[in-house]
Amino acid sequence: MSQHTFKVNGHPVTVDAEDEVRVLWVLRDILGITGPKYGCGINVCKACTSHINGKAFNPCAVQVKDIAPTDEITTIEGLADTVGGDLHPMQQAWLDHDVAQCGYCQPGQIMAAVAKVKQARKAGHEITDADLDEIRNICRCGTYNRIREAIKAGAAGM
Amino acid sequence: MVELGHEPAPALRPTASRRAFIGFIIGGATLAVAADLGLAERAGAVVPSGPQIPELYDLGDFQTDSARPTANLIKIVLHEDGTASFDLPRMEVGQGITTSSAMIIAEELDLPLDKVHVGLAPARPELLFNQLTGGSNTTVSTYTPIRVAAAIARKALLDAAAIELGSVVALLKSKEGVITAPSGKSVTYGQLATKAASPTTKAVRIKLGPPSKFSVIGTPRNRIDARAAVTGTKTFAMDMQVPGALPTMVCRPPSLNGSPVAIRNRTLVLAMPGVTDIVMVDTGVAVQAQTFGQCIDAVRMLDVQWKAGSVEGESDATILAKLHKAELPMIVPKVPRLAKQVDTSFTFMFRSSAALEPNCAIADVRSDHATVWAGLKAPIVAQGMIAKALGLPQSAVTVNVITGGGSFGHKLFGDAALESAKISRAMGKPVKLMWHRADEPRQGRTHPMATSRIRATYLGGQVLSFEQRHTSISTDFAHGLGEMITHNIDKLPTGLGGLGFSETIFTLTQELPYNFGVVTQLLNETDQRFNTGSMRQIYSPDVACANELMIDHLAQLMGKDPVAFRLEFLKSSRAKAALRKVASVGQWGRKMPAGMAQGVAIHSEYKGVTAVLVELDCRPATVNRNIPNAVTGPRVTKAVIAVDAGLVINPRGLEAQMMGGVSDGIALALTSSLHLEDGHFLEASWDNYFYTRQWNAPLEFQCIVMPSDSEQPGGAGEAGVAATVAAVAGAYGRATGTMPTRFPINHDTVSFTVKSFIPPVPEPPTDGLSQTY
Repeated sequence: MSQHTFKVNGHPVTVDAEDEVRVLWVLRDILGITGPKYGCGINVCKACTSHINGKAFNPCAVQVKDIAPTDEITTIEGLADTVGGDLHPMQQAWLDHDVAQCGYCQPGQIMAAVAKVKQARKAGHEITDADLDEIRNICRCGTYNRIREAIKAGAAGM
Repeated sequence: MVELGHEPAPALRPTASRRAFIGFIIGGATLAVAADLGLAERAGAVVPSGPQIPELYDLGDFQTDSARPTANLIKIVLHEDGTASFDLPRMEVGQGITTSSAMIIAEELDLPLDKVHVGLAPARPELLFNQLTGGSNTTVSTYTPIRVAAAIARKALLDAAAIELGSVVALLKSKEGVITAPSGKSVTYGQLATKAASPTTKAVRIKLGPPSKFSVIGTPRNRIDARAAVTGTKTFAMDMQVPGALPTMVCRPPSLNGSPVAIRNRTLVLAMPGVTDIVMVDTGVAVQAQTFGQCIDAVRMLDVQWKAGSVEGESDATILAKLHKAELPMIVPKVPRLAKQVDTSFTFMFRSSAALEPNCAIADVRSDHATVWAGLKAPIVAQGMIAKALGLPQSAVTVNVITGGGSFGHKLFGDAALESAKISRAMGKPVKLMWHRADEPRQGRTHPMATSRIRATYLGGQVLSFEQRHTSISTDFAHGLGEMITHNIDKLPTGLGGLGFSETIFTLTQELPYNFGVVTQLLNETDQRFNTGSMRQIYSPDVACANELMIDHLAQLMGKDPVAFRLEFLKSSRAKAALRKVASVGQWGRKMPAGMAQGVAIHSEYKGVTAVLVELDCRPATVNRNIPNAVTGPRVTKAVIAVDAGLVINPRGLEAQMMGGVSDGIALALTSSLHLEDGHFLEASWDNYFYTRQWNAPLEFQCIVMPSDSEQPGGAGEAGVAATVAAVAGAYGRATGTMPTRFPINHDTVSFTVKSFIPPVPEPPTDGLSQTY
């Protein structure tokens, strides 16, 4: 067991955990941050998608020892704070389009959407259907069309 | 529950008028109202035709509970903060029933939607079969009772307000939780909550208003839990913190339904970091640890001696051969000698009904009582099974129903709840049990493999006969109608695989909506060795796909346009209207490039109709399009769905259900199946089991809610699937020139490296930081 220090949702945290424990379980089982969901544990379903230093990542596929003290992790719980509002524009778009059904995948979908829009802009364009087709996050309720509409609307507010 | 006292129970059925009902004001300090769940017309609920065998063991409980006059009541409570609360005896799994129930209460109570709080009731055995979430029946069965209770609450509030404001009820106006007198004086529901209460329970007669007066019902509303979902605060079972309930997982056998014999390295695994407990149960070896990650590590390390499974050596081919042997013969009806006969046969492979939230449950079992938290669509059955497994009376088992991360029929069974209770007892402590993703396709519930054979005869522009023989691996209906009695009927040792119940359900759900002369649709089921269940829309996606493909085929043979052919033979005007709508909105018959085609289909079920038109792109450039690590294939580029679901509570929610149904239908037609090989299913990941992904989603989607003058809601949660499967299959046949006969179409493609069976779960990757974006 060793100590690991990093930032989560703007707050510094120190946890006691084995080096190999994946960050998803540090967040969920040790820190009680349950927004990121388990759907596969092998970086396939993307339900746990969160941000590290502003980029999308999947904590189920990262060992806690690989997180540096300077790293900043943002989960769905901390997304609104990154823009200093009650809701991030992407969350608002999700509400406006009433995207969620069961809601289990939606924290991951929103975190992926924000990163995908930023990624497209870094590449010099707004998000396209081809970009949207690359989003791997599964929604077993099949809300894909509303997700696509919400991402385009959310991007407009970002 | 408040007792009714010595008043005789009044008649609960609608009286003279169709809209006049009796409900109750429940005695207490604040206003609480109730109505009998039995007020709903039960026409939509399937009723077993088998005998109600009196010696079934739960009969005593049945009689006791049935005798309680308040047994069937659902209750709405008004609070001093001006809100109303209601515990729905159903399970919310994403289908939007908490939202639609809140809308019904808001409507009748004149209260803003955000002041209505709808939770989920725990297992209430006294409700008998009135606590099953399934068959798209929630709104059908709860609409009237909820309306009655809410309307009585409003009446009680008006009565109290009249005294308070020194006026008479007829002159008062209620709006948004405030009652105003002609003088302008007003009082809020919150201020009236205690004043409107009754010290004793009393029966109240109420007349409901006509749908033409609705201002909430029928208007598009967002889900009441949407904000919680998008902020990460919506709580699923695994997000709950029950003191002492540490993460727990099960090392499962390498073959389907195998069982453990011995643990060979218990000491070694117990010494692993974080691991606290290891016990053997009938389904495998359970491990508890400080984190789920450490459970996964321990599961991977366990060396277990296993007993053979239930289908050793079997594969897709051997099971299909068994199905063919069980197929019932056609009985060709007498038709004129010149009539032409056409035969088709379709095969539908095993599919997984798993949701994104895996099977999971929390259990705290003590010597004399047990508490379980889980997503359960038939909580009374789960409660009974847990009580039986633990040797406790049913009343000593509390089953809390937690909102689920999807169901699609998967959560009709309390598999995880029962398993968690057994593990908790064996470990002597609370457990938070979660299945690994790999466990779901390999050991979880499936939609059974089936064949559907159809023979039709036609002559002179008429279809003279249409015979369908559907043959399926047994569908497990052991959840019955949600309570222990029907549960046991399906488990009776008849040797017929619950056929009586299955046939009842088949008969009551399958309806060929065409005038095709002599029509017979028969089901035969065989082989009970698989873990099956009612996946979304049960038999209909397969049956409708077979039917509608045959109809496309008949239209072609008879030289008719597929839409015109259907319009000619459809029985109901509602079906015709829905079909005309999608044909017009979807521009049926528009010219498509070679390799692309339209498909169209209709389906009638749950007192409603759906029609679907799709456009499918089967051109090589699309089929082989390159999306990193994706299995692509043909793409549905456009989907148009028209739905007539009778009286619609929430059109926005209905559209959401249709969107999900279309996504399911696309997967069932094109991509999603399990491969059985050597006694086990190969799939172990969402990248093995190809449910619709973003790259398969239609680029255009449109849902049209058909206007309806019905005063009764129909079912919606499942209605979108069947017609979609059929429309996509038909489009594929047209685009490629060959009618597909096995589903999903890409079943031959095993495009993944099969994950290990020992250990039963894959190693979690460590390279996540190299894939950020």
